[in-house]
Amino acid sequence: MPDVAFWQGNEALAHGALAAGCRFFAGYPITPSTEIAEIMAEELPKINGRFIQMEDEIAGIAAAIGGSIAGRKSLTATSGPGFSLKQENLGFAYIAEIPLVVVDVMRGGPSTGLPTKAAQQDVMQARWGTHGDHGTICYAPSSVQECYEVAIKAFNAAERYRQPVLILSDEIIGHMREKVVPPKIKAKDLLERKRPVDVPEKFIPYLPDPRDDLPCMASFGDGYTWHITGLTHNEWGFPTNSPEEIEKMMKRLMRKVDRFRDDIVEYETALTDDADILVLAYGSVARTSLRAVHEARVRGIKAGFFRPVTLWPFPDRELEKLARKAKTIIVPELNCGQMVLEVERAVHGKAKIVAQNLVNGELFKPEEILSVIEEVA
Amino acid sequence: MPAPEVFNWLRTRFFPHIWCPGCGHGIIMHSLLRALVGLDKKKSQTVIASGIGCSSRMVGYIDACTVHTTHGRSLAFATGIKLANPDLTVIDVMGDGDCAAIGGNHFIHACRRNIDITAIVMNNNIYGMTGGQISPTTPSGSWAATSPYGAIDPAFDICKLAEGAGATYVARATIANPVQAEQFIKAGISNKGFSVVEILTHCHTQFGRKNNRRTPIDNVNFFKANSVPLNKAKDMSPEELAGKIVVGEFVKKSIPEYTEQYQAMVKRVGGLKDGK
Repeated sequence: MPDVAFWQGNEALAHGALAAGCRFFAGYPITPSTEIAEIMAEELPKINGRFIQMEDEIAGIAAAIGGSIAGRKSLTATSGPGFSLKQENLGFAYIAEIPLVVVDVMRGGPSTGLPTKAAQQDVMQARWGTHGDHGTICYAPSSVQECYEVAIKAFNAAERYRQPVLILSDEIIGHMREKVVPPKIKAKDLLERKRPVDVPEKFIPYLPDPRDDLPCMASFGDGYTWHITGLTHNEWGFPTNSPEEIEKMMKRLMRKVDRFRDDIVEYETALTDDADILVLAYGSVARTSLRAVHEARVRGIKAGFFRPVTLWPFPDRELEKLARKAKTIIVPELNCGQMVLEVERAVHGKAKIVAQNLVNGELFKPEEILSVIEEVA
Repeated sequence: MPAPEVFNWLRTRFFPHIWCPGCGHGIIMHSLLRALVGLDKKKSQTVIASGIGCSSRMVGYIDACTVHTTHGRSLAFATGIKLANPDLTVIDVMGDGDCAAIGGNHFIHACRRNIDITAIVMNNNIYGMTGGQISPTTPSGSWAATSPYGAIDPAFDICKLAEGAGATYVARATIANPVQAEQFIKAGISNKGFSVVEILTHCHTQFGRKNNRRTPIDNVNFFKANSVPLNKAKDMSPEELAGKIVVGEFVKKSIPEYTEQYQAMVKRVGGLKDGK
């Protein structure tokens, strides 16, 4: 690992994944995420890792789940149309509690949309794309450095909470080049799934550990026999129709993210202490927004900046505190208004909310966001 | 009653099974378990993946490393498992819908890749679990819930599909000859590459009811009366073979296997110093 690198966001994500201990990648080519697959194809064989290009996006996530079941930290990467195709098996990983990291480098949609243009239109798909209830952990990096860092956080969260973890990057972050100083990763910085302590004869695969409500995970091949299914199951991993067992499984699945919410939620603020106006933005738009906030301060406007690093779970309580002091929250997004719905829920009428939306494939310019700040000031 | 060493592979905790009385799937499960015992396989080193449908519920009843995946996708999951840990014996059981309809793409690419997985296709020519709709292997003219005027769709020949796509072992048996089914499964597992063993079975509940094969024994008799061994079929005309089931081993060849090729690449680029 170099001390200093000059990487694209997609490169930083791939190198961050490798540093996090990722040793399995399965995927399918798609713009603008393909560089991640290309780097994994080059790097993984050199460290006895596994790379495979599958026949389609569905097979990409399926094989990655298989890699994780066999004990390797696994990654797949895609973009909008591929993310749509992966949703069914993403749900499988949620219900079967298989650690996995899925990267979606967002581009414009719907459908084939704008393959080479930036957008943030997959925010709600990340939360609700697969059918059925589940908690979501989703990171949105806003710099190349942060691509590297969230890759490590995402793998740790996937291993710690035994569920798929998403990284929503976007075309701008994925393809721009910046200086990266890769943090020195020590073994203690990396989390591994909890292995069973019971002997194989006594192993109950979905019996939660009372200390953290999470079951231990055996890998196929390490001496245990157990059953994995996408059907609603009991603690033996066997399909059930018992209302008590169904409720028990569903409630525990939903508790995962709720219970550890404070450990998972990450956000960044700037100039919020006396802010009348907050600009809430994530991913590439956060960069433009921060510049606009600084410009507003130069003009004497008390503007502040709030950036969720985890889009899901959303930092709602933290935002709500700031909203009590602010008059207005501006939410610029490269979509027709997705995250703003979550902002409205969190703020609950305590501040006026102004959505600023752009879906023409272009980026926001700082002066465009500044002009909205000036309008509401 | 199975032999004790076969019985030992069952998760009797999860019985009773979901199959209808007289279903052919149990005969295939028994053939598979005898093959595993005969090959001296270890449960904790044996992975059995499946998709969705009556056939795929088999894996729940087998005490091994079992994964009941999504509809049609089991070969993609199995490919990930095998590539991640090539020491494992990986078997994939699937129905005709899993294999030839929703999972058709994964099936042909697994054949092409020649990864060391044995696919056991339990072909009963129908979607049984959902109530008897036509599948890609339903013979033209059959009656089903979604062919109320007789099926006009031509059927796939799964063995020809597998052969064309590059599988290195391809065989067909029927549940009327479970010993042959066991032999083919053994040969498939022993083949270092992608193996396809199609086993014709029946769904008297959904297919037989509408197609004059109402009882399990009607179906066994149908298979016995219509099976033709491959060496005999070679001398028969297409007219004589119409409606017949050719059974036997269609492909037995040796070409480099995917995970071995992968390990050779890892070695070539110096990746073996990092341990596993």
